[in-house]
Amino acid sequence: MADLASDFVGIKSPNPFWLASAPPTDKEYNVRRAFDAGWGGVVWKTLGFDPHIVNVNGPRYGAIWGADRRLLGLNNIELITDRPLEVNLREIKAVKRDYPDRAMVVSLMVPCEEEPWKKILPMVEETGADAVELNFGCPHGMSERGMGSAVGQVPEYIEMVARWCKQHTRMPVIVKLTPNITDIRYPARAAKAGGADAVSLINTVSSITSVNLDSFSPEPSIDGKGSHGGYCGPAVKPIALNMVAEIARDAETAGLPISGIGGVTTWRDAAEFLALGAGNVQVCTAAMTYGFKIVEEMAAGLSSYLDEKEMSLSDLVGRATPNVTDWQYLNLNYVTKARIDQDLCIKCGRCYAACEDTSHQAISMSPERVFDVIDEECVACNLCVNVCPVENCITMEELTPGTVDARTGKVVEAEYANWTTHPNNPSAQAAE
Amino acid sequence: MANSPMTPGIAAARLPEETLEANFADLHPPLDGHEATVAADRCYFCYDAPCITACPTAIDIPLFIRQIAAGSPENAAKTIFDQNILGGMCARVCPTETLCEEACVREAAEGKPVEIGRLQRYATDTVMEKGEHPFTRGGPTGKRVAVVGAGPAGLACAHRLAMKGHDVVLYDAKPKPGGLNEYGIATYKTVGGFAQAEVDWLFKIGGIETRYGQGLGAGLSLDALAEEYDAVFLGIGLQGVNALGASGDDKDGVRDAVDFISDLRQTGDYATLPVGRNVVVIGGGMTAVDAAVQSKLLGAETVTMVYRRTRDRMSASEYELDLAASKGVRIVTGAQPVAVHGNGAVTEIEFAYVHAGPSGLEPTGETFRLPADQVLKAIGQKLDGAPEGLVLDGGKIRVDGKGRTSRDGVWAGGDCATGGDDLTVTAVAEGRDAAEDIHRALLA
Ligand SMILES: Cc1cc2nc3c(=O)[nH]c(=O)nc-3n(C[C@H](O)[C@H](O)[C@H](O)COP(=O)(O)OP(=O)(O)OC[C@H]3O[C@@H](n4cnc5c(N)ncnc54)[C@H](O)[C@@H]3O)c2cc1C
Ligand SMILES: Cc1cc2nc3c(=O)[nH]c(=O)nc-3n(C[C@H](O)[C@H](O)[C@H](O)COP(=O)(O)O)c2cc1C
Ligand code: SF4
Ligand code: SF4
Ligand code: SF4
Repeated sequence: MADLASDFVGIKSPNPFWLASAPPTDKEYNVRRAFDAGWGGVVWKTLGFDPHIVNVNGPRYGAIWGADRRLLGLNNIELITDRPLEVNLREIKAVKRDYPDRAMVVSLMVPCEEEPWKKILPMVEETGADAVELNFGCPHGMSERGMGSAVGQVPEYIEMVARWCKQHTRMPVIVKLTPNITDIRYPARAAKAGGADAVSLINTVSSITSVNLDSFSPEPSIDGKGSHGGYCGPAVKPIALNMVAEIARDAETAGLPISGIGGVTTWRDAAEFLALGAGNVQVCTAAMTYGFKIVEEMAAGLSSYLDEKEMSLSDLVGRATPNVTDWQYLNLNYVTKARIDQDLCIKCGRCYAACEDTSHQAISMSPERVFDVIDEECVACNLCVNVCPVENCITMEELTPGTVDARTGKVVEAEYANWTTHPNNPSAQAAE
Repeated sequence: MANSPMTPGIAAARLPEETLEANFADLHPPLDGHEATVAADRCYFCYDAPCITACPTAIDIPLFIRQIAAGSPENAAKTIFDQNILGGMCARVCPTETLCEEACVREAAEGKPVEIGRLQRYATDTVMEKGEHPFTRGGPTGKRVAVVGAGPAGLACAHRLAMKGHDVVLYDAKPKPGGLNEYGIATYKTVGGFAQAEVDWLFKIGGIETRYGQGLGAGLSLDALAEEYDAVFLGIGLQGVNALGASGDDKDGVRDAVDFISDLRQTGDYATLPVGRNVVVIGGGMTAVDAAVQSKLLGAETVTMVYRRTRDRMSASEYELDLAASKGVRIVTGAQPVAVHGNGAVTEIEFAYVHAGPSGLEPTGETFRLPADQVLKAIGQKLDGAPEGLVLDGGKIRVDGKGRTSRDGVWAGGDCATGGDDLTVTAVAEGRDAAEDIHRALLA
């Protein structure tokens, strides 16, 4: 069994699976159960000053489901903790005392002025917590009050608050980023400039999950009205993966520790975040959907994977980062063609409909329902692979250099060549 | 309970009321909304889908399943009824395992097809339970058409003609409409009086006048109909039964399986229906299976189905044979009845083993006897009382691809006509297509 012990900016935990700041970490009862179930750490539900906020008293979640009610995306209009500060601090202290080997990070959100931060940090320090996470991500409710994503969308504020926090506490400071921004590198750079020890991302994505077509209210509906919420769960994972990679490979933020969040549901998702450069992962929706027990699958799965690959946890972190590049550096001499395995094909014709109706007319259909790729037309777009219901039935075959691409009539070249030197590129640099 | 499966001879009430009720309940219970969504999600929405080709009425299956998946079962039902106005019955009685579901690409891939039949029932039930009829009649054409036979073929033809604005007069020799939907189909396939409810619903189109108890040959003549109407459609099914050809087949206890089944379908109380302790069913088709299974469900102690050829030649599907076996029916193949024994009433039936030889089935020389209080003959129905002057072919009324008989102005379809299998869905397709051709001919 691979050792999953994790050290994230000096915060030790028995595994890299933390619960993200959210309802699962909202109180002592939950967090004790989470630790008993095997979670490596928690980021406590975001604290603010009293008088504590209030939540709506109607539904706070909306969801997107698959046909068998598999929850694919969750949206919420919950705010930060709605319990008194003092109660939370007392509970944090008690839990940390009883679970010294687990990571206890406290999420904070107070007004964007130095005084409040200076005031709350020592209170957290006093609990024995391992670190603080600055919630600059919440896209609803708090942002309208000048907090949450209202801060996270302005890099100057991020830098300023991070700097105050570093000044006023000895604890590591993690800055949690909002995805509701055009370029995630700017807030990450600001966090680094402010001295933050790490960034965590993503918080939720602004969203409306659905509209009731009878009452015409957005869901979840509060007395016939709805407001945008924050989207999370499996649906947001691709967005989160890209943002993690962007930060991991940005020259200015390279090496800045990242806690990966967003749609982590199984060990595989976690491994992908780690491979793209996250030092650990945080989980919210998957725990809210299935309960705390899922961490057993995550830990066992990651461990077996590392054993199988003969890697340590730290070997995995960032393993895929160098392979993330910009479009203009992709090898245009890498030529593939779709190949259909006739033994696996069940003759549904989806590849044909997709290619014929919407793409390149590169799949033929015989009267006996035999589907073949027309190499002269196939641009290797991968759509057929993606719509084929049978895994590995259609694959992409690389044309070996020296062979002729039937579509272009050109011999496939062995050398790497990209857009920057392509003759059609108006600003192509000379090859030499 | 007076009797048990062991009671000798032919006796009623062999099982307690509750057991009988349970035995004759829905074979495939309906899907609920969530089950339907999940089942619909398995459909790949195939291009030029093979399931459509395999459906004799060519229902656009991927479209209706997608409509279920998108939460519009009413639209799904409309898609079904556009092609097959008896889509509700067909959803219950079609041997889907040899039709659409056999062709489903997921059958080839996993041996587990999309549950097309049950999804079709889900959609059609949704609309029919609301009593909504999704079609309206076209403007009157002033043309009158006689449809003889209110079975699936006649009903489909009458509905389509009425929809086109023609006035239809629907004749049937029996007191009730429905044909074998009402008198033949196994009880557990169409529970709760569905057959009559469906006919009532179908008539909501309007423009169909019904005349029951009036049979061609019994008061009605084709000449008179041809004279009175602008067109005639014949959907009279197969009313005759083949003879057993074994000595002693006139003894008490020897019966046509279709009559036995008809009694079952018409009874209000299964406990009143007599069934033998030892039942032997002769035949290898759907009727034989239905008679055998239902004998067992009524409480017969032993039921044996005997077929003269090999199992793969039986017209009953593998699914139906498995169903029979699961109910405790023993299936014997390669044996032909030679004599029915008994003094007045049958007590035993004697079979000769046969095998295929150069000149047909030849006895192997070996014989055996089965104890039998009741023998049900299910060796095929045949056309009875075909109107004079129509050319027959292989014992059926000869029709071309459009349902036209050898006589001008007379169309035919369903079991009584050539072409296609003897199935409800095929009868519907033929009735519908004949109506389209009649419409074209009348407006030409
Ligand atoms: C026991 C049994 C079980 C079956 N099970 C199935 C099944 O599960 N699935 C399936 O798909 N198929 C099944 N079939 C076959 C199916 O029932 C027939 O293929 C279908 O009913 C044929 O329809 P039709 O309209 O041609 O004839 P029918 O249904 O036979 O209807 C003919 C109608 O014409 C009337 N008629 C007959 N002669 C005259 C006359 N001279 N004048 C006026 N009216 C007349 C009759 O009273 C009847 O109403 C079964 C058949 C039998 C016998
Ligand atoms: C109901 C709910 C409440 C949340 N509250 C907070 C919060 O108080 N502070 C915070 O930083 N993030 C909060 N989040 C965001 C999560 O911590 C996490 O970033 C996000 O849900 C993405 O992860 P996931 O896809 O695993 O759920 C909340 C999420 C949910 C669903
Ligand atoms: S999850 Fe619990 S608190 Fe929430 S609505 Fe259901 S019962 Fe109430
Ligand atoms: S999508 Fe896949 S299974 Fe379907 S026809 Fe194409 S290759 Fe065959
Ligand atoms: S063949 Fe099967 S999967 Fe394809 S459209 Fe028909 S029901 Fe759906």
